[in-house]
Amino acid sequence: MFAKPVACAAFLIVSGLAPLHAQEVVAPSAVSFTDMGGIETSLTGTPGDVAAGAELMNKGSGNCIACHKVTALSDLPFHGEIGPPLDGVATRWDEAQLRGIVANAKKTFPGTIMPAFYHTGPYVRPGDAFTGDAAKGDVAPLLSAQDVENVVAYLMTLDTYPE
Amino acid sequence: MARGFRSGGAAALALVLAAPLAGADEVIDDELVINGEIPIVTQAPAPEHVEAFSVIRSGWTFRSPETQAMEMDDFDNPAILGVEAARDDFDASLGANGESCASCHESPEDLAGVRAVYPKWDDAAGEVQTIEMQVNECVTERMGAEAWPYDASRMVNMSALMSFVSRGEIVNVAIDGPAAETWQQGKDMYYTRYGQLELSCANCHEDNYDNMIRADHLSQGMVNGFPTYRLKNTKLNSVHNRFKGCIRDTMAQTFSPGSPEFVALELYVASRGNGLSVEGPAVRN
Ligand code: HEC
Ligand code: HEC
Ligand code: HEC
Repeated sequence: MFAKPVACAAFLIVSGLAPLHAQEVVAPSAVSFTDMGGIETSLTGTPGDVAAGAELMNKGSGNCIACHKVTALSDLPFHGEIGPPLDGVATRWDEAQLRGIVANAKKTFPGTIMPAFYHTGPYVRPGDAFTGDAAKGDVAPLLSAQDVENVVAYLMTLDTYPE
Repeated sequence: MARGFRSGGAAALALVLAAPLAGADEVIDDELVINGEIPIVTQAPAPEHVEAFSVIRSGWTFRSPETQAMEMDDFDNPAILGVEAARDDFDASLGANGESCASCHESPEDLAGVRAVYPKWDDAAGEVQTIEMQVNECVTERMGAEAWPYDASRMVNMSALMSFVSRGEIVNVAIDGPAAETWQQGKDMYYTRYGQLELSCANCHEDNYDNMIRADHLSQGMVNGFPTYRLKNTKLNSVHNRFKGCIRDTMAQTFSPGSPEFVALELYVASRGNGLSVEGPAVRN
């Protein structure tokens, strides 16, 4: 008769401990890049959400298709041609390298035009978003750590070259 | 091949490189003759000081046929309204002495060719001046009136008139002598990667001209067509207003129209267009 409540309590204790074991979010300044510019481990420990990643490809601070064509997103208008098409990108790079490219592409492609999305400067004349005014205080990275994981999860789905 | 597909390894990049790279020095067939009588040089050999290009091109060559057509006939060019307004202003008396521009410069046409060499070093002022600064020098020092705000429509219209009477003249701004220091400052700015997006003018207008960035077809970012009537905001826009927007869009703290920084940048950018015609007031999207 007591067995059940005890088991329940035991479960509560375990789940209460879980956050202590969960990975801390890696801060932009604490990211460790490989010599090739990749990032071996997840920035958050929480698996990326493909749908949320797809959203960032188009909108907000991601806006990747401003520069890249992605055939899988061809229902969205106006794909740019500044960078290479991302079709089949998951066959060209592994997950760690894609994470590094999204977080700070300059580590993989020195001098690239591609912005560093998980980075906090120093910048030349940092602004307050797109207002043209000076930044107020510290600048947040363009994408959050989980945003980066979500985008990487989406990129990992681009594993074929469309006909 | 100026753009940076610098390899991070991976033979896969070769695939990417096989795709046609835009840019290059292809010559466009389109010809711009305004009103059937003013031929405009819209592409020319690059001046020596622009190492990245062999051909320079006016922004007109990158626009859609519809937008291009609006510039071929003054009846279709909405910027001409600003020119007409400035003509009235040119004859209107102003300030303490009751003089108009016409009291000293008979007609706007008297100032033909002036735009082509601006920004220009001014000995008396000891600085490089844009056409707007020169106009304000006349307004304040010679006419005893209040300075016109740098970016106000009155000033932009007058600037449009100054371009209008110089249309077809070949841009030839001086970059040496006393202007050299300001020119170098502008050049340094051109290659500075501003803002949180860390983008320089050159990233877009030198390495990626003729490419699409989202819905925009990138030009070489020339100023020979200024001020420009933009379909986007349906008004005339000054050079500095355009610079302000381009820097703002890098998520940077931008500079103000009329600031010494933008004067230097204008001198440098104008000099990249030495050899093109004065085309303003032009139409852009
Ligand atoms: C301003 C333009 C620009 C933006 C915005 C941009 N990129 Fe890039 N990206 C590039 C360029 C250019 C390259 C090629 C690398 C180089 O410069 O050599 C590149 C390379 C890449 C690569 C490697 C592609 C390959 O096949 O080798 C990936 C992956 C990538 N970008 C993903 C993204 C993602 C995801 C985003 C949005 C979060 C994004 N990019 C936003 C310009 C951009
Ligand atoms: C009192 C006489 C006077 C009036 C009024 C006057 N200006 Fe001037 N303007 C001058 C003089 C003198 C110069 C200098 C000529 C030179 O240095 O070659 C000059 C120079 C200029 C220049 C530069 C010419 C060049 O070759 O670089 C422009 C443009 C100009 N004026 C426009 C205007 C406009 C527009 C107005 C009316 C708002 C105006 N001026 C009113 C006397 C006048
Ligand atoms: C992110 C890319 C980008 C950057 C960086 C950028 N621009 Fe632009 N610029 C554009 C776009 C897009 C347009 C509109 C299409 C065109 O004419 O290229 C434009 C237009 C212009 C024009 C108008 C050209 C015409 O013929 O009407 C000028 C001038 C210009 N830019 C100058 C600059 C200068 C100077 C800088 C550096 C301070 C700069 N731009 C930075 C994207 C950029």
